[in-house]
Amino acid sequence: MEESDRGSGPLGVTVPRTTAIPSAGSTQGVPVTVESAAGVAPPAPPDPSLVQLLTPEGERVEHPDYSIELSDEEYRGLYRDLVLSRRIDTEATALQRQGELGIWASLLGQEAAQVGSGRALQPGDYAFPTYREHGVALTMGVDPLNLLGLFRGVNNGGWDPAEKGFHLYTIVIGSQALHATGYAMGIQRDGAENAVVAYFGDGATSQGDVNEAFVWASVFNAPVVFFCQNNQWAISEPLERQTRIPLYQRASGFGFPGIRVDGNDVLAVLAVTRAALAAAREGQGPTLIEAWTYRMGAHTTSDDPTRYRVASELEEWTHKDPIDRMRKYLTAQQFADSAYFDSIDAEAEELAIHLRQGCRDMPDPDPLTIFDHAYAEAHPLMDEEREQFAAYLSSFTEEAS
Amino acid sequence: MPRSAAQATQTTLAKAINMGLRAAMDKDPKVLVMGEDVGKLGGVFRVTDGLQKDFGEARVIDTPLAESGIIGTAIGLALRGYRPVCEIQFDGFIYPGFDQIVTQLAKMHARALGHTKLPVVVRVPFGGGIGAVEHHSESPEAYFAHTAGLRVVSCSNPVDAYFMIQQAIDCQDPVLFFEPKRRYWEKAELDQSMTPDPLHQARVVREGDDLTLVAYGPMVKTCLEAATAAEEEGRNLEVLDLRSLSPLDTDTLLASVRKTGRVVVVHEAPVFLGMGSELAARISEKCFYHLEAPVLRVGGFDTPYPPSRVEEEYLPDLDRVLDAVDRSLAY
Repeated sequence: MEESDRGSGPLGVTVPRTTAIPSAGSTQGVPVTVESAAGVAPPAPPDPSLVQLLTPEGERVEHPDYSIELSDEEYRGLYRDLVLSRRIDTEATALQRQGELGIWASLLGQEAAQVGSGRALQPGDYAFPTYREHGVALTMGVDPLNLLGLFRGVNNGGWDPAEKGFHLYTIVIGSQALHATGYAMGIQRDGAENAVVAYFGDGATSQGDVNEAFVWASVFNAPVVFFCQNNQWAISEPLERQTRIPLYQRASGFGFPGIRVDGNDVLAVLAVTRAALAAAREGQGPTLIEAWTYRMGAHTTSDDPTRYRVASELEEWTHKDPIDRMRKYLTAQQFADSAYFDSIDAEAEELAIHLRQGCRDMPDPDPLTIFDHAYAEAHPLMDEEREQFAAYLSSFTEEAS
Repeated sequence: MPRSAAQATQTTLAKAINMGLRAAMDKDPKVLVMGEDVGKLGGVFRVTDGLQKDFGEARVIDTPLAESGIIGTAIGLALRGYRPVCEIQFDGFIYPGFDQIVTQLAKMHARALGHTKLPVVVRVPFGGGIGAVEHHSESPEAYFAHTAGLRVVSCSNPVDAYFMIQQAIDCQDPVLFFEPKRRYWEKAELDQSMTPDPLHQARVVREGDDLTLVAYGPMVKTCLEAATAAEEEGRNLEVLDLRSLSPLDTDTLLASVRKTGRVVVVHEAPVFLGMGSELAARISEKCFYHLEAPVLRVGGFDTPYPPSRVEEEYLPDLDRVLDAVDRSLAY
């Protein structure tokens, strides 16, 4: 796939076209023939059905099926979430560079997709993240300091998933799509009016578990929203290595609606996710949302994207920055002034200090705690090994004294 | 264990599990049964027969044919407060679900620092001896016993089957429940009012002084038959039904070994790194000075499970068990 095929996607389209829930997207995919399957597949054409409500220039546009009207305070709140999300990310990246974290998975560029979808959730809803949903975690009330534990290597998260409605990060790609679907089946059995969001990326759409989750959610009509952040890259592998048709169109094959939204437009993401969640709560079953976005940073701090992608791509997406467009909009609408923006920047700095200090103060776990939660109920092998290991450890203390 | 003859009825092992599932579902509305063909058909072995009719489709779920999906959605249901009992149709079909079992089900309680409980039971009809085509006769229990976070048990008779499935469902940890499919039709008197042994307790099912045969699941009966045959030659063999593969009841095991000084472990699974390996290592470490002979193992060969016309040669049987007994007693 040549680079020219990348970034020619639908983000430049400022006048959105059709497609809304429950229509299942167009069928513009490349027909699979023996010839095309045998040779190099032609690229899927840019898909025009991208939901956008706020252009990269910060101008509101209409969409026939989606709209959003918020209070001034709510608009400002979204901006605040975006800024804080990015500040978490830059601070964590810095902490990794300083040796305080072993690794960090950056969300840079995906703030709007995460904040917009996270703010669409209501109390009683549940979110199943990958390992990059720092912005969603923020909206779910998880202390961002908790996110660092996994990457520092002191725990695997540490928050109570049920209390937050936010599951632990999941590293194995796509596993959580099935957990989300099962959880949604539980909601059905409880007769509750709640819904679930399953987060995953473009790479995960190739996983069996994600496809099995689509089947399950479809045949059981489970109240789950599949939220795919298509950030164009699965480490070094471009979207074209995962799919020949626009990802959102896959939903039609499974029998539920799919929709593509400008993932850098927090208003459109919020509107589309709200609608999908409402449909799920009302018993209309699953929706696949493809948030069209871009991973501005490396896959993780261990990755080097200069080996596989060109700088022009980054420049192009820089113009579509999710925070810039929201700031322009707030300014133009006089929803916020410079004093407000300064106050958010100050709050972001306080958050960064909280993370920096909290991360450095995070103690290494006592070695004996590794036995504590392997099982929920008593287990003789745990008792035996804990006892032996404790005796071994204390033998050094005795020798020293 | 006291029993009342009036309450005891002849019950097959498959029916006993069915009755145990029914009792658990009666007791707790959060208990669900899910798997391929478990609804109207009652499962290919009829273990879930009639449950969907009585408990409805919301609680007895015919799932799409995808084992990872079965385990993965069971995890989600458990996170929501349900207690799913998953049926894997045959042992050899568990591998598509292996990733969800090992990377998710087994580890989630530890990852969540105890905040999250996953009381999921995975029922697996296992082992050979029914003349099936390939992938229908395997004994994959060691993979799961090797995985931290899982409990692994196997019933050998209808009475244990009835109680152990309920105990597994009650457990707050995920439990792999291995059912000896070739023993599904074996009958025994089942008194539902008796008090069962704890789930993870081994049991001496035949007392003897000369040697301990250690087995679980389908091989317990084979070992009992071997012990009966050996008795005719004046040898008094003890038979220990392990019942729980993880955790191990080492106290019961080691007490028997200290008494007899000789051990033969028998399972259908291949010997190399099978349960017998772990048992031999533990016995050697804890009972070194009590042993009169090295711990011997009788199991499947380290080959793929063979076509069914030669499975009787592949599987441990009475003669191969007695051959190992002879070798042990020759030391």
